[in-house]
Amino acid sequence: MKIIIVGCGKVGEALISSLVKENHEVVAIDKDEAKISEINNIYDVMGVHGIGTDCEILAEAGVDKADMFVSVTGSDEMNMLSCYIAKTLGAQNTIARIRDRAYNENNLGFLQQQLGLSMSINPERFSAYDIYNVLKLPSAVHIETFSTRNFEIIELVLKEDSPLSGCRIMDLRKQQTAKFLICAVQRGEDVFIPDGNFELKGGDKIALTAAPTEILKLLRSMKITRKQAKNVMILGGSRTAYYLSKILLASGSSVTIIDKNPVRCQELEEALPGANVILGDGAQQELLREEGLGNMDAFVSLTGIDEENILISYYAATNNVPKVITKVNRQEFVPLAAKLGLDTIVSPRRTISDVIVRYARAMQNSVGSNVEKLYKIMDGNAEALKFNVHPEFKYIDIPLKDITFKKSILIAGILRNRKAIVPTGNDVIMAGDKVIVISKDHILYDLADIVD
Amino acid sequence: MNRRMVLNTIGHIALAEAALLALPLIVSFLYKEACAYAFLITIGICLSTGLILKFTTRPGTKVIYAKESFAIVTYAWLLMALFGALPFVISGEIPSYVDAFFETVSGFTTTGASILTDIESMSHGLLFWRSFTHWIGGMGVLVFVMALIPNISDRSIHIMRAEMPGPEVGKLLPKARDTAKILYLIYVVLTAVEIVMLLCGGMPLFDSIVHAFGTAGTGGFGIKADSIAGYSPYLQWVIAIFMLVFALNFNLFYLVLVGKIKSVLKSTELWCFVSIVLLSIGVIAINIYKMYDGIEEVLRMTTFQVSSIISTTGYATTDFDLWPGLSKSILMLLMVIGGCAGSTAGGLKVSRVIILIKSVLRELKKLLHPRSVRIVKLDGKRVDEQTLSGTASYFVIYAIIVIGIFILLSIGPFSIETNLSATLACFNNIGPGFATVGPTLSYAEYSAFSKILLSLAMLLGRLEIFPLILGLNPLIWKKR
Repeated sequence: MKIIIVGCGKVGEALISSLVKENHEVVAIDKDEAKISEINNIYDVMGVHGIGTDCEILAEAGVDKADMFVSVTGSDEMNMLSCYIAKTLGAQNTIARIRDRAYNENNLGFLQQQLGLSMSINPERFSAYDIYNVLKLPSAVHIETFSTRNFEIIELVLKEDSPLSGCRIMDLRKQQTAKFLICAVQRGEDVFIPDGNFELKGGDKIALTAAPTEILKLLRSMKITRKQAKNVMILGGSRTAYYLSKILLASGSSVTIIDKNPVRCQELEEALPGANVILGDGAQQELLREEGLGNMDAFVSLTGIDEENILISYYAATNNVPKVITKVNRQEFVPLAAKLGLDTIVSPRRTISDVIVRYARAMQNSVGSNVEKLYKIMDGNAEALKFNVHPEFKYIDIPLKDITFKKSILIAGILRNRKAIVPTGNDVIMAGDKVIVISKDHILYDLADIVD
Repeated sequence: MNRRMVLNTIGHIALAEAALLALPLIVSFLYKEACAYAFLITIGICLSTGLILKFTTRPGTKVIYAKESFAIVTYAWLLMALFGALPFVISGEIPSYVDAFFETVSGFTTTGASILTDIESMSHGLLFWRSFTHWIGGMGVLVFVMALIPNISDRSIHIMRAEMPGPEVGKLLPKARDTAKILYLIYVVLTAVEIVMLLCGGMPLFDSIVHAFGTAGTGGFGIKADSIAGYSPYLQWVIAIFMLVFALNFNLFYLVLVGKIKSVLKSTELWCFVSIVLLSIGVIAINIYKMYDGIEEVLRMTTFQVSSIISTTGYATTDFDLWPGLSKSILMLLMVIGGCAGSTAGGLKVSRVIILIKSVLRELKKLLHPRSVRIVKLDGKRVDEQTLSGTASYFVIYAIIVIGIFILLSIGPFSIETNLSATLACFNNIGPGFATVGPTLSYAEYSAFSKILLSLAMLLGRLEIFPLILGLNPLIWKKR
């Protein structure tokens, strides 16, 4: 597919990187010449120097033949305008990043309709939902929900003394009453799609799929259940902090926001009645203690500086805050943060590039089985995809144990008539099912791709 | 330095050469010639080297940076030339390896300088291989491999940039591989059109193919002692026109292909190239009209020689060494200018000359108005400062190396005119020079040392200096 990306900032670059890996033809537009030549050197894309609202630049980038046009410059208005022009010039689908609260809350639908946008993205809002999902179940480090609430994929880190460590996966079913499936394991920097003989160890990060009730059952038996975080401290009054506080306040939690910018504090105070807005420097440990860091259920660090987020999160973790969530924008820092024991990392630009990659992959599908949802798990090292099963699928009604799947492919769940099945070797895939597939090192477009 | 990736890619190149050698092998089978076994042995050597390199060096990471690409390009070209010379030696038709190496480098770099004194006695298989090297080298070995093999590396733009001539290498399509494919497609189609047009003029099939290869790569290896002079005027015109066509920027053909004729007409480089050609033809025609009978012949001789030299091909329809001084000086100037960037031609490239002249003018204006802000534009777009300084330093190092080679060459017994024209003709990938290396003579009389020196000059000229000196620099092989 031909995709044009305007704006090669953090989000733009993350997008280019993922879309090139997916083998799309990418054209990048940026007004900074040095940035364009750098992008040109690192990624196999065509760089165009100019602004995205210039018709001639868009024509040079081949907008009339573009299947997808994504504008992620720093300015909402610029994004909307360039998407509008691109649409008029013949781009198939346009996606604009629109971050401003005024647009998002008051007239987003109207704008989308008037400008012919296929989608508008708001990275901060997406991240806020990501964080909220984790705060609902703080023992997990990452949660994705497939299909209306009856199937989830959660990632959690095994403690050294966890009853699961030292177990082989095939023995788990006997040992645990909960129905779940471990679909991926991350040990150090390696990610495995485990088979029955795989032995879990303390310190592993595991991803498991199950219905939410089963997950709670499992967590209880592992004695790590924790209730939804009720007292949350947020450092940095960014847009993400705003959206997150709004969701948290609506769900009845108490929120403390710390920011050092007086104007921003005023704005937050005005927009978020009920939140406790503190003006101060979060790097001062005294201030954090004074505001009751020790009694918090969760600490979320959302400042604009990765280093600050990592260090202050580390401080919070050493002060026995049960759940610490860190925003890290630079992908390079994620393994470093993990070494400090910070397991729950959110990255707005990763979130957003996942959303767009998912959209691109769904667009590419022809008839037959297709990708309905796609989530990156294990820091983006593996994917969970939801496929619809059409009657043409060749392996219908064959027990899973008789199908030879490609390496690093796993059927993690079957959704049939609003019921979730955690599959065993004897289960079969039927027409009309939805199947959740975990894959590593493959790019799947169709359910048929999972079989050799 | 990602050594494994470099060696692995070079392994692919050796395999590609084995595949390419199959064509002359078929030709020698068709003519039932004894040189077939020479090709078989060489294919065996290429295959085994390629397979060993490919399977002993599985790269852990495919990430390459600019320095890896310089090493890849340098060693790929050296390997192609070293192996490509083997059929000549094994068949015994060029007994000395140095001579065979010179001939092969001259082929791959599309120079067309030859050490052969009796071309017409060579076997068809070897003549075909000789011209085929022009065709391969013209568009580039690595670009060819890139078009064939998927995903050499995500960063293959570095390799393209190191191998493609011109001050700035841009992509036609978002993916480097698709760009390589479309370039080769244009190349193949144009070559095929030329073959058909030559056939229509009554040239035998073998001659047509060989000459089309020589023209397409802007190389200049012929199969007759008198180059093109023996063919009919129609055939001479066809070759003259096609030499000019292949000296144009291939991006222009792509733009025509996608219907953007307007942007083609806006190309400054195109208009400068056309003006230079027309002006040179005019001046030389007036200068030499007494030597030939009839306007058609004068025009044909001038046009052919001018397009042959400016496209850095090196075919000849007359002994232009006998022309008066003014005409020869103009030809020598055309040798240095060369074709357009992004073509198969050599030389300094027209766009570089334009940029150089424009930046000199800017400096002059700056002397008058020290505070003035001026930018250099090409095709209505700003040329960034890095390209400007890059072009200037390219010109400086070009001059230094040409002078250095000229002085080293002067150790031998030949005249200044011979040595200077030989240096320029080799460095700019033209082929024949003046005096002892004139169009009717050959480089056979040079010593082995001079031949190696000139081979190096050809490689430097084809790869545009920087990749070769950086690739040969042992410092880049250090572990990172």
